[in-house]
Amino acid sequence: MTETNLHRHSSAFSRLSGVLSDVVSRPSGAIGLFLVIFHIVLALTSPYLVPFDYKEMNASFMLSGPTSTHWLGADHLGRDVLSRTLLGGREALLVTAIATPIAVIWGGFVGILLGLVGGRIDEVLMRIVDAFLSLPWILKMLVLIVTFGTGMFVLIPTLAFFYGIPVIRIARAATHDVVARDFISAARARGHKKMTIIRRELLPNVLDTLMVEGAMRWSWMLLAFSSLSFLGFGVSPPTPDWGLMIADARGFMSFAPVGVIAPVVALSSLIIGINLTADSLAKALGIDRAQKAPV
Amino acid sequence: MLNLFLRRLMLGIVTVVIVSIIIFLGVELLPGDACTAFLEREAQGKLLENCRNDLGLGRPAYERYLEWAVGAAQGDLGISANGQKSIADLVGHRLGNSLLLALCAMCAGIPLAIILGVVTGLWRDRSVDLVFSTSAIFAMTIPEFVSATVLILLFSVWLEWLPGIVLTPADSPASDFFPEILLPVIVLAMVMTAHILRMVRSSVIQVMESDYIQMATLKGVPYWQTVFRHALPNALLPAINVVALTIAWLLGGVVVIEVVFNYPGLGRMMIDAISDRDLPVVQAIALIVATVYVCVNLTADLMTMIANPRLRTHYLRK
Repeated sequence: MTETNLHRHSSAFSRLSGVLSDVVSRPSGAIGLFLVIFHIVLALTSPYLVPFDYKEMNASFMLSGPTSTHWLGADHLGRDVLSRTLLGGREALLVTAIATPIAVIWGGFVGILLGLVGGRIDEVLMRIVDAFLSLPWILKMLVLIVTFGTGMFVLIPTLAFFYGIPVIRIARAATHDVVARDFISAARARGHKKMTIIRRELLPNVLDTLMVEGAMRWSWMLLAFSSLSFLGFGVSPPTPDWGLMIADARGFMSFAPVGVIAPVVALSSLIIGINLTADSLAKALGIDRAQKAPV
Repeated sequence: MLNLFLRRLMLGIVTVVIVSIIIFLGVELLPGDACTAFLEREAQGKLLENCRNDLGLGRPAYERYLEWAVGAAQGDLGISANGQKSIADLVGHRLGNSLLLALCAMCAGIPLAIILGVVTGLWRDRSVDLVFSTSAIFAMTIPEFVSATVLILLFSVWLEWLPGIVLTPADSPASDFFPEILLPVIVLAMVMTAHILRMVRSSVIQVMESDYIQMATLKGVPYWQTVFRHALPNALLPAINVVALTIAWLLGGVVVIEVVFNYPGLGRMMIDAISDRDLPVVQAIALIVATVYVCVNLTADLMTMIANPRLRTHYLRK
């Protein structure tokens, strides 16, 4: 954390627009932000854009290549690939867009609190955090999903819970960077309550880290979400979803490759967009992303 | 030094014990038990009772936990709900196969990542750097199943160079997996290389900008001598830990890769066990994976300690 990050009296709005223009001024940031905005706009408008009903099956077009009616061909059930690709990111975006802020907020809060309080409770809880992190994400997610089902109301809290745990670590480390500084001791000496110190002194200083962390969590959540639907544990058919579409079309790859390529391009462009944005955001805020391992 | 290592070892054991408690509690807290999960709704009367007796579910939870944990520590992982086979026998070959996959990927990925990381770090913002750094972002962010599918499409469907699916049975010797193992190894190595490359690059940049390197340059030490003698040893040191964490993180990705390629490893066994709701097997695999994670981290910490005397004394002073 550099001194420049410690100014908390400049207006939040001017700061944000400054960071944004910094992100856009980098080519990778501009491309990334464009991709993200494109996908969000697409997800909001796609139900009005699609040429076909995503459920509509047409046996005569089954596994056809691109034709004048079906621009990207049809899948193994004769459904329009273009329509399904356009719609395929909506569920993933909705679930991850809700789960990401929840994960960052709860993980960030617990992390800051532990960083401030320290002591025995911090030590014990960090052991538990480490233990949770030593289990692969896929195992933790799958056990809960298999037990409680795959609906959105299971996926959102599950993703938010498990992806909040690594945030605890990051937020705690960022808090340790500032907690020993004079202005925290001053606030303590003034007799402020812990909550006041967190809100007024600590939060403004770890916010940058949390923002970058949030962007990265978002892309990893998307990765988890689409991997789960690829494995058959996510979105239930016939809802269009990129992961599921890739899984379905994989078996027919040799005669209808477009059915695989379309969702692959869609999913990759979104995830790369988020990562390019996160990368530029980290550079704009002066946080070295690459030094951290993906936990 | 030994003292320090022992303390680190203790910490690792504590983590494994906590993990085992989390796994056990997690399964306990789920609605139903191993038998109702496995037999599902048809579970009634005799069948359910037999299953519960076989798995000894009538006894209190702490007693079962102790038995399970002590057994696991001695290599006895219990019996599966499905067919009542010894889990240790089921897991053995699978674990070996997964380790083979990971090892091949590491042997290919780590040296490549270090070389590319140093090159991109030294030629920062030049075209070499832009090409490899951008490809690294692509390689590490695209989900494993997507890159795997694309590679299968390219190399097995279109070019027909490599087999796109593993058909070798689980208990075959390692040599039988070639060349089928190549594509899964490439996918895994790609992700791994990307993560480590970025880490090494940023570490090299940091060290090359530091005062002592500038001092060496000003003193007139030749450039390559500065790089190899003074910069790299310090730049690569923090990489050890990141390599460990990356490997551990990839354990999740390995599962997906094994499913895509039909590779008979621990990951695919885990997915099968979860689909079958065979909770004893899920518990055992979770414990094994967590232990591997802790061991990898422990090894990395030990290597860092040995390589860096400053860190050694720093820890001791703490």
